[in-house]
Amino acid sequence: MLARRVGLALAGLALVAGVTLAAGPRAGLLVGLGIGFGLVLEGLRFGFAGPWRMMIVERDARGLLAQLLAIAITAAVAFPLLAAAPGELQAAHAPVGLAMIGGAFVFGAAMQVVMGCGSGTLVNAGSGNLIGLVALVGFVAGSFLGTLHLGWWTGLGSLPVISAQSVAGAQGGLGLTLAALVLVAAFLAWRAAPGKRLPAARLWWAAGLIAALAVLNLIIAGQPWGIVYGLGLWGAKVAQAGGADLAANAFWAAPGNAARLDASILTDVTSLTNIGLLVGAFLVMRGRAVPGAPVTPLAARGWVGVLLAGLVLGYSARLAFGCNVGAFFSGISTGSLHGWVWFAAAFAGSAWGLKLRPLVLVPAVRQEGVAA
Amino acid sequence: MNRPLSRPLVGFLALALLGSVVIWDAARTGLPEPFRTPAPFALGSGAAPEGAHCTGS
Repeated sequence: MLARRVGLALAGLALVAGVTLAAGPRAGLLVGLGIGFGLVLEGLRFGFAGPWRMMIVERDARGLLAQLLAIAITAAVAFPLLAAAPGELQAAHAPVGLAMIGGAFVFGAAMQVVMGCGSGTLVNAGSGNLIGLVALVGFVAGSFLGTLHLGWWTGLGSLPVISAQSVAGAQGGLGLTLAALVLVAAFLAWRAAPGKRLPAARLWWAAGLIAALAVLNLIIAGQPWGIVYGLGLWGAKVAQAGGADLAANAFWAAPGNAARLDASILTDVTSLTNIGLLVGAFLVMRGRAVPGAPVTPLAARGWVGVLLAGLVLGYSARLAFGCNVGAFFSGISTGSLHGWVWFAAAFAGSAWGLKLRPLVLVPAVRQEGVAA
Repeated sequence: MNRPLSRPLVGFLALALLGSVVIWDAARTGLPEPFRTPAPFALGSGAAPEGAHCTGS
């Protein structure tokens, strides 16, 4: 087992070295950072969709409180950094709008159906969860399709970008954000069932490590941690290779996006961390003495449902200006109001999605039983 | 698909799919210019961030 783990660690380092040689030191660092995210998320079982489900179904607030702690730690470092280097670092600010709210609600529902959010889908796929892999394919297609209609959806109505910094300045904005996180945490702790309020030690560690990695992401990439853009870019590249003319689309005709379409994936920040994330989860799974039980096979319509739910997940994430990572985690930790609105809408959607899950994830055995 | 696929097998499939996308893309677009890559850290580089984020429209 030790030899295998050493081999896996060397494989991870070899990937970082290879990407560094191929695309430069920043690309290598970002893949390494992504591997770190994958190691922590899979290794310490720190997720987003699962803890939300636990809060809704079992009033177990421990995982969600750990998420809020990670966001608070990240915010405490990110706010001063963003204020100190506005020309080099950018926040994850986006406008609140009708499509954004609806997208977040639908995303929350879809992530409970496939049992994974943006990062969760990548982690699940890398750790050998077939539902995660099928959902990832749908996510890539959906996040690309969302870019094609983004202008129409945002045209339905949205506010200007509002941030904690624009309301109260850098220091005041950080105070506002931390106070809001404490208030939400206190509410969750009040609503939680007895004995389900204090996170386990692994969650404290995970929250600290995720926050450290998120801050490093900001320092290295110049922008907060994100998932969705990279997946949409992969879909756009496949569509373009298949003959789609994206030059007429407003999103892909924008100079930055057009340049990334013609450049290597290894120059795109979120693609690099996404690659690392999936690889990191794979390394953890292979490093375990027992890799875990395989996913229960689904009926054919169950697999189609997972693919469609993945597509909806990607499409809605694009409309919502991010997933749990880009909007919820990075949005709130860098002061964006849309991160808070996303949280509320996606949480409401999650409650609805939990009711849909058994209708979509139909096990193969049960369907055979019904047919018989 | 009634027999469960083992986690290692699915994990390898995911890696293979990911690797295929990266290699196919590298063959199509080429690799970045080695002497035109950005500084290792954006902070302190003096350059404006040029990456794209999910929050961008």
